[in-house]
Amino acid sequence: MPGHGGHSGAVPLAADASWALLDALIVAALLVAVGGYLRALRSARRRGPWPALRTTSWMLGALCAGAATLGPIAIAAPSSLTGHMLAHLLLGMLAPLLLVLGAPVTLLLRALPVTAARRLTRVLRSAPLRVLTHPVSAAVLNAGGLGALYATDLYGLVHASALVHGIVHVHLLLAGYLLTAALVGVDPDPHRASIGVRAAVLLAFMAVHSIIAKRVYGAPPAGVEAADAHVASQLMYYGGDVVDVTLLVLLGLAWLRATRPRRAAVPAAA
Amino acid sequence: MTSTSSRGGARASDAGAEPIRRVVLSGVLFGAGIAASVVDLFLFHLVLQWHHFYDLGTTEMAIAADGFFHAAAWGMTVAGLFLLVDARRRAPVRWSRWTGAVLAGLGGFQLLDAVVNHKLLGIHQVRYDVDLLPYDIAWIGSAVVVLAIGLVVLRRSRGRAER
Repeated sequence: MPGHGGHSGAVPLAADASWALLDALIVAALLVAVGGYLRALRSARRRGPWPALRTTSWMLGALCAGAATLGPIAIAAPSSLTGHMLAHLLLGMLAPLLLVLGAPVTLLLRALPVTAARRLTRVLRSAPLRVLTHPVSAAVLNAGGLGALYATDLYGLVHASALVHGIVHVHLLLAGYLLTAALVGVDPDPHRASIGVRAAVLLAFMAVHSIIAKRVYGAPPAGVEAADAHVASQLMYYGGDVVDVTLLVLLGLAWLRATRPRRAAVPAAA
Repeated sequence: MTSTSSRGGARASDAGAEPIRRVVLSGVLFGAGIAASVVDLFLFHLVLQWHHFYDLGTTEMAIAADGFFHAAAWGMTVAGLFLLVDARRRAPVRWSRWTGAVLAGLGGFQLLDAVVNHKLLGIHQVRYDVDLLPYDIAWIGSAVVVLAIGLVVLRRSRGRAER
């Protein structure tokens, strides 16, 4: 039985069906993500080559999202905060980074006919998306979600209701994607914030992430054993650091590109 | 090595003081970042757990203050390295100057931490429930030695470059 086998037995049949439906929706979403990218790739080929690294990154991102929501990690998550935290790192941090580096919007703009591409550009420039993709709002969405998940009763509900589970995990992935794209995105962004704003937001988010991770150590969600909470907290703290420092390095690379000198100050060899 | 770097130094000063300042800034940031992230946060806060950044308030406050300190430490370390890459593509970097700046940043940060945070503000000490004097002497002494070596190296590299 795929997915949330742990729920069978005590839970009524209707609840079991809702978990099965959730699993089916996840599989469908993953197929759309992978299939859609490959389809767009075929249409975009006509307009020049597409870096294989971007395709690889997108596929690995989908793999991470799948590993977090289906299979052994997802099965372990309801009974272990550590399992849940591993899923959280994969779905909320690593998958968004890999998906963003896959440059899906650039690919889509290349694949679509000109009129459709123009329409997409208009949507991307619209006021709501402009607000949503600002680093500050994206970071607030992320940090707010984390705070709500671990400091309230939401964590218990996540494993009791398939609907809440689905909403929380979609939020985790989308908020992570928005923040990563706002900070180090490679897709066109007509209103990209300055490097200074992005660096400040990233550092503030790092701080908040590490504070929440340590709170999980000291004050874990209800029903979680201390030993489990300790491992989970350290996984969140150090795992979060690995991804955050990667983001810092990518931001530094963006800064290097933006401040590239017009001409080399010194010839390479005398 | 010597001949190329001295020529590099002459060119760098031709191009203006900006790249030299960048190298020094890069080294100081990297050194301070290493002092904060590796020496202080990793060794003293996480591994030994002798103290945290803010020990006067509640545990909650200590955790929050450490969180921001942790982010700032990583920011300084990475920013220092990127400034170095930037300086290198503008002009050849004199490595003794960078090394001196790193040592000065490392020692300077530790000294500032000891004087301002430990002694003046008293927001945390090196360790609790022990006789502080040997710990303070070791902390401040090592900071002064590292800072002095850094400044000497920095000064000598500058002297050669601006001749």
